[in-house]
Amino acid sequence: MPDSTVAGLHHQEIQHPELLHHFATAEQQRNSASLGMWVFLATELMFFGGLFCAYLIYRHWYFADFAAASKSISMPLGATNTAVLICSSLTVVLAVWAAQTARRTLLLITLAATMLLGLTFLGIKGIEYRQKFVEHHVPGASFSFDHEEIPGHPGQYANPSHAQIFFSLYFVMTGLHALHMIIGLGIFLWLFLMAWNGRFSPEYHTPIEIGGLYWHFVDIVWIYLFPLLYLIDRHA
Amino acid sequence: MSDSTRAEHSSDHSSEHSKSPLPGYFAVFIALLIGTGLTVFAATLDLGAFNAPVALGIATVKATLVALFFMHVYHASEKLTKLVVIGAIFFLLLLLGLTMTDYATRLWS
Amino acid sequence: MSMEIAIPQPVERENYLNKEYGVWSWLLTTDHKRIALLYLISITFFFFIGGFFALLIRLELLTPAGDLVQADTYNKLFTMHGMVMVFFFLIPSIPAVLGNFLVPLMIGARDLAFPRINLLSWYLYIIGGVMMLHCMLTGGVDTGWTFYAPFSTNYTNTKIVEAGLAIFVAGFSSILTGLNFVVTIHRMRAPGMTWSRLPLFIWAHYATSLIQLLGTPVIAVTIVLVAAERALHLGIFDPRLGGDPLLFQHLFWFYSHPAVYIMILPSMGVVTEIIPCFSRKRVFGYSFIAFSSVAIAVFGFLVWAHHMFVAGMSVYAALVFSLLSYAVAVPSAIKVFNWTATLYKGSIHYDAPMLYAFGFLGLFTIGGLTGLFLSALGINVHVTDTYFVVAHFHYIMVGGAVMGYLGGMHFWWPKISGRLYPEGWARLAALIVFIGFNLTFFPQFLLGYMGMPRRYYDYSHMPEFQVLNVLSTAGATVLGVGYLLPMVYFLWSMRYGKPAPDNPWHAAGLEWMTSSPPTTFNFEKEPVVTWEAYNYEELDAPHPKEVPVAR
Repeated sequence: MPDSTVAGLHHQEIQHPELLHHFATAEQQRNSASLGMWVFLATELMFFGGLFCAYLIYRHWYFADFAAASKSISMPLGATNTAVLICSSLTVVLAVWAAQTARRTLLLITLAATMLLGLTFLGIKGIEYRQKFVEHHVPGASFSFDHEEIPGHPGQYANPSHAQIFFSLYFVMTGLHALHMIIGLGIFLWLFLMAWNGRFSPEYHTPIEIGGLYWHFVDIVWIYLFPLLYLIDRHA
Repeated sequence: MSDSTRAEHSSDHSSEHSKSPLPGYFAVFIALLIGTGLTVFAATLDLGAFNAPVALGIATVKATLVALFFMHVYHASEKLTKLVVIGAIFFLLLLLGLTMTDYATRLWS
Repeated sequence: MSMEIAIPQPVERENYLNKEYGVWSWLLTTDHKRIALLYLISITFFFFIGGFFALLIRLELLTPAGDLVQADTYNKLFTMHGMVMVFFFLIPSIPAVLGNFLVPLMIGARDLAFPRINLLSWYLYIIGGVMMLHCMLTGGVDTGWTFYAPFSTNYTNTKIVEAGLAIFVAGFSSILTGLNFVVTIHRMRAPGMTWSRLPLFIWAHYATSLIQLLGTPVIAVTIVLVAAERALHLGIFDPRLGGDPLLFQHLFWFYSHPAVYIMILPSMGVVTEIIPCFSRKRVFGYSFIAFSSVAIAVFGFLVWAHHMFVAGMSVYAALVFSLLSYAVAVPSAIKVFNWTATLYKGSIHYDAPMLYAFGFLGLFTIGGLTGLFLSALGINVHVTDTYFVVAHFHYIMVGGAVMGYLGGMHFWWPKISGRLYPEGWARLAALIVFIGFNLTFFPQFLLGYMGMPRRYYDYSHMPEFQVLNVLSTAGATVLGVGYLLPMVYFLWSMRYGKPAPDNPWHAAGLEWMTSSPPTTFNFEKEPVVTWEAYNYEELDAPHPKEVPVAR
């Protein structure tokens, strides 16, 4: 984790205003925050991991039905969302750089751009969800998936119950991911407000670094969700 | 474990003082977009049993790029960061792998 | 022979207890020691709730007929007993009380890395606890604490979602505690406190935290799936819709097996502090104990399907899990050998903490060995879902974890409260607990082996089981008395107990080098560590400056 120190100017005894009382040095505080976020991300990986486990097993069991269900979700929208999140990861890393190099305007712009891209992601997600709702692909009482052909096997139709399992996992996994995006937006709004109030400097911008770590993690989850959910069998 | 009690962590970004990281960030960004396009394209090809490994392989390369360069794991001053990442991935693979031992062998006679 | 205690100074200095008064100074505290006490009160409360359910279970089982409660009610009793005891007592107990209090002190820090997150942890625990209480008071859950699908998702009409949410919230409390400990132990050690000088209590809590961090999220997401399935009939675990009930079990046990190591590792850490102190000897095999703690944490993640041997899983996978379950016993056995070797040729003192440690040694060993019986596939088929399993896990969780917890509470009570508890009563209570425990649970091994199923409220088809059941219930009553006694005399000691000196046990460790009770920021000056852990030879060596000690 590159952190900046203005070479030579900061003595151990000069207490940075952001130094909390139970830490001995700012470096200890910064390293603790960073390790804390990394450890938290490890727990998040296991949280999503349980869902990936369920997904793996049912895809193994019901590949054909999963392929048919996967075909019915919009690949262009999914791919666009992937690109949107990749752009947002870039704006995040630029925000950290801006904070490191005391570029306040760029910092505010990149934080705002990140939020905008996040909102775009959620908006596109909303469009997708609405599509599924209209097509009765939302699991539950009104679910219906009759007469959907299995890709590459004309005349064979997917088992609706197995397709419902796909859509259950689709909604839970992307829904949980979207929830994490919303939380990320909240975090970045808070970072933006802190930046606006001039709280950050090359010596202290730890919240941006660890907020960035969180955002990148949410991006990585999507990097896996996209091929697993949208690209099961697109070659028929 | 390699970290010490509040010993000085030498700033290892001295190289970044003189060299801007921006070109690197943009290179990774382009690589990620190319990877996305590639994975979409590969999905339209019939690679038989290899479609899934290819898709997951590309995803893993993308995720690795994000982790190493956007999350700064590559330049991490401590081995501990890398240990946390590798450890978490290890336990995830444990969950997936050991569970699959049941599902993969249940129908063996 | 008991320890000689130095005459303490009578002056009441400022410490973390008397620094500030008032409810808000406690409810909004970020002092890890105060948070530990908040947890102490809360988990004791839930211990007695869980114990109350246990009492009702044992009363029902006095007679073969199901004549005290109805079948559905009995199902709720054992479910609530399990859920409360596991999630709201055992898992937090030692880490949240003793860990929170001692981790910063033992490493020479002023507080944990994230004091506000520590307080949040407690509030999450309370919120989860209140939700669970509400759930119990408005009907409860009847699925067993394991809430297996598809009964929990499709058939039961009890309050699964609410109980699940309560556990979810409490799980976050657990995750945050683990996170705090890991970062603290990595980042906040005092100068000179290297990894190999850490008390083994710290190693144990580090390993425990790893499990809390990596396992709890999986049960959290499982609860989400169960709630979603219940609400929307998704089919993820429903065989009629193509789902697999065993998938639930895999995801559930992936956490719940390592969870039992969350419950036992801290207790092992406590015992590793007590035994050297009361043998006046350095612990034998420090590195072995340290690494075996981490090994237990890692191996503990490899064995979960041994809870599923008869559920319909692949027999080949079962073979793998059976082998791994034998492997996981090895690090625990290493610890038992090391504790025993520490005792050998030691100068043994039989104060209450040591009595609990001895109890732990014997009972944990029995519990652990019976785990090996269960890991053998052939035996497992016969004793699964019988009282053999019930006895096995109670030997470890009560004979092991709770004994360790009580031992630790007695050992560190002078540090926590600044008072000495009455030693005579404490030894009596330890004895009562030991006798009551064995009387309660040993018969259950026999019952299980003879075929009495667990979770049955009526065993009138096998009335010959009654004698052992009556013994078990009698034991439970004795055990209850044994548990009530410490509550009474600890509370008594806070007002009437002798003031405690800084180091009443002449124990090694940084926590004993500060006042009893400590000040809010623990140490007047940040300690610099230049000695190895458990330096009892140095502590006990006579030197000219030593003040003569009078009884």
